Amino acid sequence: MSNKETMVDIPTVNKIARLSRLNIPEDSKQNLTNDLNNILGFVAQLDEVNTSDVKPLASVTGHKLPLRSDKVTDGNIEDLVLKNAPESSSGFFVVPKVIE
Amino acid sequence: MNEFFNLKPGQINGETGIWEMVIGLEIHAQISSKSKLFSGASASFGAEANSNVSLVDAAMPGMLPVINEFCVEQAVKTGLALNAKINNVSIFDRKNYFYADLPQGYQISQFTKPIVGEGEIIIDLDDGLQTTIGIERLHLEQDAGKSLHDQHPSKSYIDLNRTGVALMEIVSKPDIRSPQEAGAYVKKIRSILRYVGACDGNMEEGSLRADCNVSVRKSGEKFGTRCEIKNLNSVRFIIQAIQSEAERQVEILEEGGKINQETRLFDTSTGETRSMRSKEDAHDYRYFPDPDLLPLEFSDSWVQKIREKLPELPDLLKKRLVTDFGITPYDASILVEEKDYVDFYEKAANGKDGKLTANWMITELFGALKKENILLSNSPISPENLGQLVALISDGTISGKIAKDVFAEMMISKKSPSDIVKEKGLEQVSDDTEILKLIDKVISENEDKVKDYLGGKDKLFGFFVGQVMKLSQGKANPGIVNKLLKEKLK
Repeated sequence: MSNKETMVDIPTVNKIARLSRLNIPEDSKQNLTNDLNNILGFVAQLDEVNTSDVKPLASVTGHKLPLRSDKVTDGNIEDLVLKNAPESSSGFFVVPKVIE
Repeated sequence: MNEFFNLKPGQINGETGIWEMVIGLEIHAQISSKSKLFSGASASFGAEANSNVSLVDAAMPGMLPVINEFCVEQAVKTGLALNAKINNVSIFDRKNYFYADLPQGYQISQFTKPIVGEGEIIIDLDDGLQTTIGIERLHLEQDAGKSLHDQHPSKSYIDLNRTGVALMEIVSKPDIRSPQEAGAYVKKIRSILRYVGACDGNMEEGSLRADCNVSVRKSGEKFGTRCEIKNLNSVRFIIQAIQSEAERQVEILEEGGKINQETRLFDTSTGETRSMRSKEDAHDYRYFPDPDLLPLEFSDSWVQKIREKLPELPDLLKKRLVTDFGITPYDASILVEEKDYVDFYEKAANGKDGKLTANWMITELFGALKKENILLSNSPISPENLGQLVALISDGTISGKIAKDVFAEMMISKKSPSDIVKEKGLEQVSDDTEILKLIDKVISENEDKVKDYLGGKDKLFGFFVGQVMKLSQGKANPGIVNKLLKEKLK
């Protein structure tokens, strides 16, 4: 990948917008395309570094993924869970009908 | 029509020749943990809506997932039982999609580096044959919540109790060639999961569900375009759905059409599949490593400890039953389907005729329990009593025919077979003089038939046996009746 190529075009922006459920005004799409290409171009500089002998680095702290034991320590907080819901009924979240 | 041709299971005879099916299965198995994969909320089934939900599951900002060690152990244990490669380093990824019952907006899953890699299992088919099915991978992931669409005309109701419950997704290679093989594969996976205790395998409650990838091709050709049938929750539905989907594809292809790669649903009322949504390509999920979770790492010695704790698995157990009890591999494969079948059998067959015990357990006991819809664990007949019944047959105390009556009585009264035999006086009569008395009576009452028989009507022999047996109320030893009658009617 090189920063000279165009990596994102307007159809790609449309696709990402649809997947992200974002409504992007027509007149912003060209600017957004340019911005995304600038960002990708900036990041693409990393491709110039030779990393063939470098192992992937997941953490700089040297920590490992902590594990917890299988105990029930949480839950029974329906009120708290539902507190921000715009609508709820008999313990359920209520949302506009979702039919596939 | 199929019956005019010698079609193998999984073959479809179309207008243009014989097609074969190519099937791959993704099984989602709920891990039998008390709490969820990344939160301390309960993973139990059937609680009040949203009561088994933590702020982590509800995806409140700032909440961090912490992995459940038990779930990791179950995945490794299952991987070992699937003869699969265990990956000491694996990565959690975010699979992004929008749905109302997925509050995070992504499912934590494993994409590029799953916890378990390639393996294989042997499946048993009805004709006694076996075949090997490859395992592509096993990974850990979160379940989603539950949407109810029938509570309100314009609203959906969402319960997040299942959100974040630990699942193992077991992906097969596209090695399966018939609906029957697919059924046998699911049964085998379920049996392995139950043996190792990683999942209860309860398909009715949804702890085990399968997605089936189905395509068709002419023998030797490249794989065709596949369709995925989602969320099948019984072996019977899996078999039906694959058959009907493959037939649908053959019809389209033979009419010159093309298969659209898509996700389909199986309608249990029509027995057919219908389109659910066209398949978004994997890229659309925008997988990327979850920045909240470091790679999952464990040592070889930890894996070794789990390996040492593995129980005796169905395949080895099957071999042992064949050697120790002299039963057929087919009977053994039925007995090892469930751990409690084997336990029952080993208790019943202890010191008895193993083959006869297997026959009585598989044909009579399973048949009777199925008819009454009773689980083996609640069987009115204990393993000891079944063994005793077999012993009574083996030593000639009762005939096989009388044993069926005793068995029926045992199902009702739960009494031991020897008590029933004593109470009802059902002991088999093997005493020559007793039987001769009966024979003499039958002969004297049927003199004309005796003449006919001696005159060459050989077929009448069966009539005499029948009469003697009837007179003894079924208790005479048929072998001895035969022998004595022959001597008498020379």
